[in-house]
Amino acid sequence: MIEFSNYDILRNLLFATQWTILLSLAAFIGGTTVALTLTAMRLTRNPAMQRIVKVYVELFQGTPLLMQMFLCFFGLSMLGYEISAWGAAILSLTFFTSAFLVEIWRGCIDTLPKGQWEASRCLGLSFLQTLRHIILPQAIRVATAPTVGFSVQVIKGTALASVIGFVELTKVGTMLNNATFEPFKIFTLVALIYFMLCYPLSLYSKHLEKKFNVSR
Amino acid sequence: MLYFSDLLQYSDVFLSALKTTVELTVLTTILGVVLGTVCATVRQYGNRAGQRVVSVYVELIRNTPFIVQLFFIFFGLPAIGMMLSPWEASMIALTINLGAYSTEIIRAGLASISKGQIEAAKVLGLNFRQTLTRVIFIPAFEKIYPALTSQCIIVMLGSAVISQISVQDLTYAANLVQSRNFRAFESYLVTALLYLGLSILLRFAFNALGKRLFAYRTSN
Amino acid sequence: MSLVNLHQVHKYYGDHHVLKGIDLDIKAGEVVSIIGKSGSGKSTLLRCINGLEQYQEGGITVDGKEVTTEDIQVRRLALSVGMIFQNFNLFPHMTVGENVMLAPTIVLKKSKAEAEATARAMLEKVGLAEKFDSFPEKLSGGQQQRVAIARALAMSPKVLLCDEITSALDPELVGEVLKVLEQLAKEGITLVLVTHEMNFARDVGSRVVFMHQGKVWEQGDSKTILSNPQTDELKQFMGAVL
Repeated sequence: MIEFSNYDILRNLLFATQWTILLSLAAFIGGTTVALTLTAMRLTRNPAMQRIVKVYVELFQGTPLLMQMFLCFFGLSMLGYEISAWGAAILSLTFFTSAFLVEIWRGCIDTLPKGQWEASRCLGLSFLQTLRHIILPQAIRVATAPTVGFSVQVIKGTALASVIGFVELTKVGTMLNNATFEPFKIFTLVALIYFMLCYPLSLYSKHLEKKFNVSR
Repeated sequence: MLYFSDLLQYSDVFLSALKTTVELTVLTTILGVVLGTVCATVRQYGNRAGQRVVSVYVELIRNTPFIVQLFFIFFGLPAIGMMLSPWEASMIALTINLGAYSTEIIRAGLASISKGQIEAAKVLGLNFRQTLTRVIFIPAFEKIYPALTSQCIIVMLGSAVISQISVQDLTYAANLVQSRNFRAFESYLVTALLYLGLSILLRFAFNALGKRLFAYRTSN
Repeated sequence: MSLVNLHQVHKYYGDHHVLKGIDLDIKAGEVVSIIGKSGSGKSTLLRCINGLEQYQEGGITVDGKEVTTEDIQVRRLALSVGMIFQNFNLFPHMTVGENVMLAPTIVLKKSKAEAEATARAMLEKVGLAEKFDSFPEKLSGGQQQRVAIARALAMSPKVLLCDEITSALDPELVGEVLKVLEQLAKEGITLVLVTHEMNFARDVGSRVVFMHQGKVWEQGDSKTILSNPQTDELKQFMGAVL
């Protein structure tokens, strides 16, 4: 059996953290892109489009992220689509992230007073002009804090990729645990690393929220 | 091709798994909200030390993944002498997790109650406990009820992770069945739909409960 | 020739019959004050004229063109109808100048220089030339409402609709906004106002329309009708206001 010094443990965990960060970034980028598309679909005021978005949100908010990962990983390959753990993790985290972000952003757009739409209409602005010049600039300001806040959920969500065998922080934690039999130490360290990734984002989100509330 | 009929013979496996998930959800929802209520009260009205302790608890839980919390409790705690069964570890982990989130939510509700309400209660001679239970809690909970119940549903869905320490919940059943009949897609799809049904059902139940709890609004 | 014409306009909110056959004809240069209790349908009437609300029966024309709530129609309408709201509805993320310049640049496709010149002229007119680079939140309510007027004027509308534009203001700020309106009236701009300012209606307005229960109950020359109301309802209303 190989002996692991504390240094070895930490080094391995930190190395794995890179993959957690990378997966989080990929999921966040994928999620925001899909969420933007869904938000646009919802804003078209076309009932069919709005229905699609509603079902999408219901499906991905109403089922466990872990189950979505299983479906993407084992399910798709069963159906003949070969997919890596990395691909399945990104795919399912993108679904998960976008389903929540589209709802968060809807809330932000809905908080803008109806008068902003009416005034734009009375000045002769088209729907797209209103969106671009009036609604989005204001909605983005409102949405920044909760979006940053949600990125914490994305980072935590990546931990589930360990279950389908993607080697990131949590997976390396369980592997090290199997090798060293020091679960208390290892899972404390793993938790601390996650905390150090997430807490600054939580603080930043709170800070943004305060700043925004003051400026109103 | 999809073969859902291959799943039929496992219906009792799914049923008993569903029972486990539901039992754990009901139990941890109650315990978690109680824990959250206590912590939120301390956080809002308690002394400095109490507020600090609650803050640290909330931030630690909210900024680490549930699966790591679960592993820490199930694998880590026995190393310092606390043996727990998978079921016990799951229940504790889920309660602690929901407790932290509901602390934040409930505290926002408490903060929304105007000082005037509390002063009015004081002037009428109510003590602190009476003020809390009779004057503050009901409107505070009414305000945050939608957020709180959504969080309960999120925690229910998150409970899928406890299959990883071999609690025989829905996800565990899905893994078991697909390992026997090699129908991964069907098995996971059916399980995902069961979870979806459960979350829709929970939302209905919470709405119905909310109508009863806050009936004073409509009864006049 | 009439600028705004309403013919037997009916409007329902579900089962609620809000406008019960409105006939109204407004000529260019008139200053029409619409008065009445809250719930009498006066704001709804105004919002029907610029297509913000749909009506179910009858017809409305502005400058000879029919009014509908269809997006494209409303936008064309915006070229001839300006609207000022009770809550200003300025765009908070833009400076005063940008608020006024926005529609001329992107709707009328004016050049930036031309739009800026118009914006400065309009702000001058409402007495706020020096606030060009300020943000709306830094202004008082009265100043914000004057910016809203300048914003509407920058589109050179044929008629300006004002929906209780002094109701959200502190009493001491009402005067400055009314003064701007008075000046506009003198310049011959057609104004249709829903208002509670009886003095203004009498002294500046040319006509008063009293609405009651979704109908035009009584109307006429502003000085005559307010000093000598015919119906009991208007008498009662004036007793309550004064």
